[in-house]
Amino acid sequence: MTGKKLHARDIGASAAPADTASIGRQLHTALSALKRAPLVPTSILGILISFAVFAPLIAPHNPIKIDIMANLTPPVWHEGGSSQYLLGTDKLGRDVLSRMIYGSRLSLSLSLIVIFLGGTTGVLLGMISGYLGGFVDALIQRSVEAMLALPTILVALVFVFTFGFGFWNVVFILSPFIAARFARMVRGETLSIKERDYVASAKVIGTSKAGIILRHILPNVANTVIVLATLEVGHLILVESSLSFLGVGIPPPNPAWGLMVSEGREYIATAYWISLFPGIAILAAVLSLNLFGDWLRDVLDPRRKQL
Amino acid sequence: MASYLLNRFAQSLINIFFITILVFLLARATGDPAAALVPDDLPEAAVIELRARLGLDKPLIHQYWLFVQDIASGDLGMSIKGHRPVIDMIIERIPATFSLALAALVIAMAMGIPLGVLSAVYRDTFIDRVAKVVAFLGQSTPPFWLAIMLILFFGVFLFEQGLPSLPVSGRGGPATYIMPAFAMGWAVTAGVLRITRSSMLDVLDSDYMTMARAKGLSETTVIWKHALRNALIPVVTYFGLIIAAFMNGSVVIEQVFAWPGLGRLALVAVTGRDFPVVQGVVITVGVFLIVINLAVDILYAFIDPRIRYTKQ
Repeated sequence: MTGKKLHARDIGASAAPADTASIGRQLHTALSALKRAPLVPTSILGILISFAVFAPLIAPHNPIKIDIMANLTPPVWHEGGSSQYLLGTDKLGRDVLSRMIYGSRLSLSLSLIVIFLGGTTGVLLGMISGYLGGFVDALIQRSVEAMLALPTILVALVFVFTFGFGFWNVVFILSPFIAARFARMVRGETLSIKERDYVASAKVIGTSKAGIILRHILPNVANTVIVLATLEVGHLILVESSLSFLGVGIPPPNPAWGLMVSEGREYIATAYWISLFPGIAILAAVLSLNLFGDWLRDVLDPRRKQL
Repeated sequence: MASYLLNRFAQSLINIFFITILVFLLARATGDPAAALVPDDLPEAAVIELRARLGLDKPLIHQYWLFVQDIASGDLGMSIKGHRPVIDMIIERIPATFSLALAALVIAMAMGIPLGVLSAVYRDTFIDRVAKVVAFLGQSTPPFWLAIMLILFFGVFLFEQGLPSLPVSGRGGPATYIMPAFAMGWAVTAGVLRITRSSMLDVLDSDYMTMARAKGLSETTVIWKHALRNALIPVVTYFGLIIAAFMNGSVVIEQVFAWPGLGRLALVAVTGRDFPVVQGVVITVGVFLIVINLAVDILYAFIDPRIRYTKQ
């Protein structure tokens, strides 16, 4: 990335232990740091989110409208291309660009729902597991590890075999995997936080376990959770598009990116644009999320700094 | 160390229990297996008899026990479409999947380790930035799309230009391995690179590196022999994750390249509604991953002195 890297010391406040009062201040610091966010990934994410939100206003065509007369029209810069279909059309004459724009809706909404469901469950389990210890901890940790040992895509195949496929089925299969990843990370954080003085003082003044977890542990794992959530959205987009590509994720005629790449496969020799562009959309989305998440980690969670 | 190993062993048993019970429950949720096996016009008595023979009249927990016993004895049932034992179909496909995974592993190591070492040694230079780009791209590229783009360039474009091109599907000579192995190894390259780089940075800062230099060893020997040997220890722990990535990746990559391996077997079985085959592949691969992870943990315990000498 760019030569100048932002370090925790630049925004000293976020490294200090947080309590409920300072979480607002932390948020403020984070927002002001956002001005220094890496330009390209942040812009790409901004564009993708606006595509997803305003798809009907931006997309030039209906993403599932079939126009067989215009099928396999090449992108506008090729001979035979039409300014009506900037990135060309697929085998049924559907506009590739419009499908990509609507596709951002599917990918982002699915990933965000899974992150919300799995993340919330995982954070709660992780905090409970780390704070309570003992039998509860053992039970949760053993289950989390067993979950993480499963081959995700193959398990998704069995699941799809049993319950059929579709948007909500994908949400249902992927959420437990995300929950397990969050639980493991948050438990580790909780173990170190619960040794701190302010947790001990809260215990002395008689704060309940639930109170300590929600008021003292949660604000302090927030940064780690935000970073992990950003990175996991990217990861989820990859997994969802793989499932859709295999024909066991989001069903046709939905314009899921993975599905579009798969639909272009048999035309790869003659109509490369059907597969190429949706794949670039996936790559751009995931790459931006990874770069943004990496930057966010430097800012919010400097201890976990990586490459 | 004994308690560490015991712990890992217990977890492996739990993992095996978890995956078998999951598949067992999903299998029961697909409907009555006896109903799927018999023709519609069979008398009720015959269905009851079949249910008894399959153990379906017993309580669920007993059925699970029978299921586990069958698996343990290598009986994964009969394929509905193939009319042969599932275990035979799986054994047939193993060489294709494993040889591809091995090729992908070689590619990932051959690219990831040297690049990781160089980016650590020449930190914050041009080569480090190249490594960063590789690491981020590797993590972010959809493997199925990469596979199709490789086909587009090395299979279609080069062929159209009358240049030597690569075969685009099936398993045969070494040339058929290049594209699928690269498509599968690309994501793992990023992981290997990251781990090699960060553990190399740790090692380069350590006292024994200063010691080795003080002994007058050449910089090349210091880095590629002394430092790398120690830096590779964390890469070993990553091995379990690599194999898991390959097993998941095999479903996608084998599909694109029509590679006759386990992943494709499972996917075709899903499309063909052949549950015993899907279940067989998932259990085989799942248990294999659990065993590999246990082996990695044991190996790690022996090579990492921090675990070897921990007494609890």
